[in-house]
Amino acid sequence: MNRTSGRLIKAPENFIDRAGVGRVFAEAKEGRRDFLRSAFAAAAGVAAAGSAVAAQPEGDPNILNLPEHSKGLGQPVVTDGYGKPSRYEGNVQRRQSPGLTQTAQASVSFAPLQSLFGIVTPSGLHFERHHQGWWDIDPSKHRLMLNGMVKTPKVFTMDEIMRLPSVSRFHFIECGANTGMEWGNVAVPTCQYTHGMLSCSEFTGVPLITLLEMAGADLKAGRFILAEGADGSSMTRTIPMSLVRSGEVLVAYGQNGEMLRPENGYPLRLVVPGVQGVSWVKYLRRIELGDQPYGTKDETVHYVDLMPDGLHRQYTSIQECKSVVTTPSGGQVLLDKGFYSISGLAWSGRGKVKRVDVSVDGGRNWRTARLQDPVMSKCLTRFNLDWVWDGKPAIIQSRAIDETGYVQPTKPQLRGVRGTRSIYHNNAIQSWLVQESGEVRNVQLS
Amino acid sequence: MSSSPKRLASWAMALVALVAAAALPASAQESSRDRFPGIGRAATPAEVAAWDIDVRPDFKGLPKGAGSVAKGQDVWESKCASCHGVFGESNEVFAPLVGGTTDEDIKTGRVANLKRNDFPGRTTLMKVSSVSTLWDYINRAMPWNAPKSLSTEEVYAVTAYLLNLGRIVPDDFTLSDANIAQVQQRLPNRNGVTTAHSMWPGREFAGTAQPDVKAAACMSNCPGETKTTSMLPDHARNAHGNLAQQNRLVGAQRGADTTRPAGSGSPSPVPAAAPAAAAKPVAAAAQAPIELLQKNTCTACHAPDRKLVGPSWGEVAKRHGGKADYLAAKIRSGGSGTWGSVPMPPQSISEADAGRIAQWLAAGAAP
Repeated sequence: MNRTSGRLIKAPENFIDRAGVGRVFAEAKEGRRDFLRSAFAAAAGVAAAGSAVAAQPEGDPNILNLPEHSKGLGQPVVTDGYGKPSRYEGNVQRRQSPGLTQTAQASVSFAPLQSLFGIVTPSGLHFERHHQGWWDIDPSKHRLMLNGMVKTPKVFTMDEIMRLPSVSRFHFIECGANTGMEWGNVAVPTCQYTHGMLSCSEFTGVPLITLLEMAGADLKAGRFILAEGADGSSMTRTIPMSLVRSGEVLVAYGQNGEMLRPENGYPLRLVVPGVQGVSWVKYLRRIELGDQPYGTKDETVHYVDLMPDGLHRQYTSIQECKSVVTTPSGGQVLLDKGFYSISGLAWSGRGKVKRVDVSVDGGRNWRTARLQDPVMSKCLTRFNLDWVWDGKPAIIQSRAIDETGYVQPTKPQLRGVRGTRSIYHNNAIQSWLVQESGEVRNVQLS
Repeated sequence: MSSSPKRLASWAMALVALVAAAALPASAQESSRDRFPGIGRAATPAEVAAWDIDVRPDFKGLPKGAGSVAKGQDVWESKCASCHGVFGESNEVFAPLVGGTTDEDIKTGRVANLKRNDFPGRTTLMKVSSVSTLWDYINRAMPWNAPKSLSTEEVYAVTAYLLNLGRIVPDDFTLSDANIAQVQQRLPNRNGVTTAHSMWPGREFAGTAQPDVKAAACMSNCPGETKTTSMLPDHARNAHGNLAQQNRLVGAQRGADTTRPAGSGSPSPVPAAAPAAAAKPVAAAAQAPIELLQKNTCTACHAPDRKLVGPSWGEVAKRHGGKADYLAAKIRSGGSGTWGSVPMPPQSISEADAGRIAQWLAAGAAP
């Protein structure tokens, strides 16, 4: 097939089926001889494999025939007060993985990583994880309370929080269970389902340390905070004060220039850079400062990592360095042989991504990819690498290295230490097999 | 002065620490307390009491009270069993709570089955290391469709019943704030946990500084993985729907048409009409009393087209078409046995609202 962009797209071989041939002859009998001639000329041209020039009519009808949008009047301004994507982008959607959860209120939706550019996840495509259903909370009635080891327990309204000096920072958020279905073997077909519990936004808010200081927090004895949500589950999670003291932890209301979306915690959520999403408590209503960890459900029963010796690691929070190729990726089909820009995302909960290597032969040989600006701490980094596909099977992988020198492990390396019965924190190298047909499949190697 | 760089460094660090200690906490905090006048106010004691509900592993925050296993069984059967099964063993909706622990585990504080590779699944009682976690989560988030509706006595009772199902407390036990610390000493996995890892972002737990997995960045002729050992079987090809409709219609690649057999080759052209089809359910959804179904958390157990905890709306409509009065009564009274072993709890819903839902169901449950 010769369908490389920039050349004329010709009819594929055998484009006239038996019924079509019958119709052509019938129409020919009725006197439409011009149609008959041109149809057979085109078919014959294609059949003479590779004689690309011979078959070309005068040009691409998309150029030769002016389309309606070049000859008519378009839509007026503010047809839609809050714009939507093009109707041709309707396939780019969040999706649930069938059978993953039994109830839609305690479930996840995955971001369509295979269709995103750059590092920002559009707010409407940000992955979702709800524990007891999401709410659209009236911000005028929402309150944040600070208590525990503070001089004065305090209450803030949204108005008050938004009056304070704000900071805006880009950070990734990844569910601790992202890629969790793939610990033992291949379970799902596309990078949306393998890696889509991952998103990245510019978050705007107030450093939590500022609010704690306003309440007269005991910063010496107070070693942990408890963050608590206002939804039915009132999700809670322990956060180390060392991270809060650094100023990185934000009480955030803004996301990508607008308010948070309800599915992502409107009107207020915690932002805990580098740490798994469950700690970024949504619908944040309360912060308690204490001298002991809180032993909440999602740090002692869930989000615990089962080691081969039978011990559960608790309070595992950091999302370690990880990457995935999003283009091309599982479930896609390459259009043709020839040039591609392999592209993907890399991130580390310990800081900046320093380097990303890409292999197209299943990890035998690697080339260093280009990192696309900006490269920011605890944020997604976009990488890409030139590749000419020769039409033969290829296994594409990416391997990220962060500024601490940590190298993203292969699946066997990760399993060698942690076994195969974990659910959380699978940051192993992903493999995509490009088949001769052009179809890309999720595979695991050994 | 010594020329040893090591001593010099430690002297410099001590100085930094001294300056930090002197300058930071007191003055920085004072200034930021006064820096934003008019922002925030003191919380009243009643406000703090209303929200400060957490219970820590050292039982700070635990309210005084008690509840018996027998009382817990009553509460369980009416409010918990529909999701968790009568014995906490159900895997229908959520992972099982009970099972996999032994009397020996209660002695050692380590669940032996966690060392076995062949043991299927992990229950809550196999994992939980602090009894406060159970109490706290039941208190704040249960029952599933009516969180925070249990009385303190009921939370003690349900916790006691759950522990009894795991043979951690006897049948005639009454759990209370006075004896909960002794129960903690019988939790099967109380000693089965560790914080000795590098994945906590601070030094509060004194875990390890070095990551556990150490890989190297080999660049050429690397040893490694050569054999494909895992791939989705062909019969699962379409299990996540047609991937052609999950990819952009323009660009370097298309989605594979998974309605066709593997290896069919060229990407099938997806008609531009696809987006319109995706938008359709939204417009049609207006017909169902969505707001009522959500408000009364019917959607926690029922879906339009597939079985969740209970039957789908479609199945109900098929079996009870035209019987609006019957359905309205069932919604309000609850029932069991009609659709399997999981009972439907009675719904506290007005007659009018139940009638509206029932009429919609009786008329075919159009999406």
